[in-house]
Amino acid sequence: MDDLRDIKITRRNLLISSALSATALAVPVPSLHAEEAPSGDTPPPVKSKVTLRVNGQAHELELDTRTTLLDALRENLHMTGTKKGCDHGQCGACTVIANGERINSCLTLALQNEGMEITTIEGLGTVNSLHPMQVAFIKHDGYQCGYCTPGQICSAVSALQEIKQNIPSLVTPDLAARPQVTAEEIRERMSGNICRCGAYSNILDAITEVAGRTI
Amino acid sequence: MRAFSYERVKTPAEAAAAVARTPGARFLAGGTNLLDLMKLEIETPPHLVDVNSLALDKIETTSDGGLRIGALVRNTALAADERVRRDYGLLSRAILAGASTQLRNRATTAGNLVQRTRCPYFYDTNQACNKRVPGSGCSAMHGFSHQHAVIGTSNACIATFPSDMAVALRVFNATVETVRPNGATRVIPIADFHRLPGNTPHIDNVLEQAELITSVTLPKPLGGKQVYRKVRDRASYAFALISVGAVIQPDGTGRVALGGVAHKPWRVEAAEQHLPRGAAPVAEQLLAGAKPTHENEFKIALVQRTLASVLANSKKG
Repeated sequence: MDDLRDIKITRRNLLISSALSATALAVPVPSLHAEEAPSGDTPPPVKSKVTLRVNGQAHELELDTRTTLLDALRENLHMTGTKKGCDHGQCGACTVIANGERINSCLTLALQNEGMEITTIEGLGTVNSLHPMQVAFIKHDGYQCGYCTPGQICSAVSALQEIKQNIPSLVTPDLAARPQVTAEEIRERMSGNICRCGAYSNILDAITEVAGRTI
Repeated sequence: MRAFSYERVKTPAEAAAAVARTPGARFLAGGTNLLDLMKLEIETPPHLVDVNSLALDKIETTSDGGLRIGALVRNTALAADERVRRDYGLLSRAILAGASTQLRNRATTAGNLVQRTRCPYFYDTNQACNKRVPGSGCSAMHGFSHQHAVIGTSNACIATFPSDMAVALRVFNATVETVRPNGATRVIPIADFHRLPGNTPHIDNVLEQAELITSVTLPKPLGGKQVYRKVRDRASYAFALISVGAVIQPDGTGRVALGGVAHKPWRVEAAEQHLPRGAAPVAEQLLAGAKPTHENEFKIALVQRTLASVLANSKKG
């Protein structure tokens, strides 16, 4: 910590330097693409037909094989409730429910999910008929910017379901006993969903309330 | 991501043959690690063989009282299995200590064993990495290395193998069953499955090109108190700095393996004779010959202290 004491950055200076580094980063991008585009060893895209069942409705699509489930939902089906955060399975913003199990939709190909029943935030509740977890998130202010919220809610609904299904977690004290709904269990089970606004304590309150109502 | 062609197959032998047909082709199971690496173009397979339809998703009791775990059994299903929780609690605990539920719901038993290192220099394609580009050098050696290996390293690579599950499998002396494109099967002891880096750190394990894992078998249960203790930079959803997996019997004898310290789950059977005398002599022999960097030498003391805590814990009811 000693090294840091001499560093005095005002908020204004920090913003200026951030803007400068953003500019520096942005410049080389077009030239990088220009180098890559004509390269002969870049294989041409491969297309494949796939039927995705999302929120009870079947969609027939023809997709580049590289399309993740997340991109298919957002870019092809225009269901933008599911969010792209890190796109590497580290943040949980893209969490959806596939055949009753929550997954990171960024780390699975759309093709791998043929025949699965996908539920997104749009399938959990609507503006006129909110899911109890959505009601609880609103009541407890379980978000600030809201970007991680669809993933948090899909994850929270599944986490309570997993406790009901007798699936243990790292903090379950006795593997022979059924896991209980405790704050420690909910925190551990929600650790795959990052909230950079830091609404965690309110998210915990929201989930606890729903758990009390249904378990 | 590079473009690739995609096919689904119905039998393990068909899967192996399909991968053998296209140079550079890969099996696709959960995809949680492979797709991540493909997005970064660290992995660039021209063809993917989706094995998710293979009938390899069962956990069966073997004739000698062990368990045969299908290669496609998801990490969540394996950790939640009643028989695993009762007789191989260490395995449940180790799996549940890794990743998040979202990832464990798709990650498979076989995929967990063949996941790549999480060394940040392996992941950063601007850095030298002998594992990613053989002969390019190792940026980790003089870089930020507090997560890296302390034992079994080479001048070419100090990466760790990141699996928690494999640490438990090493304690139980599990075996890995495979099939090759010609239909031939073989059984690989978990101790021999992962390699040390040596001069060829780009080769993680002993699987041949197009060899498919079909199952992992646990010998009959060991009983004893089973503990998995993972120490990391945050309390959940992070890779290990170090981890200790142990099965300790009422008389103080037992088995122990470490995660987060080497290119493979680290177990030295000869060190286990010291278990009744406490953590210090065991840890000393386990890590004899360790070559930590300045940034990760703390792992040596951390292993001993964590093992001491595990042994103390194993004496409680």
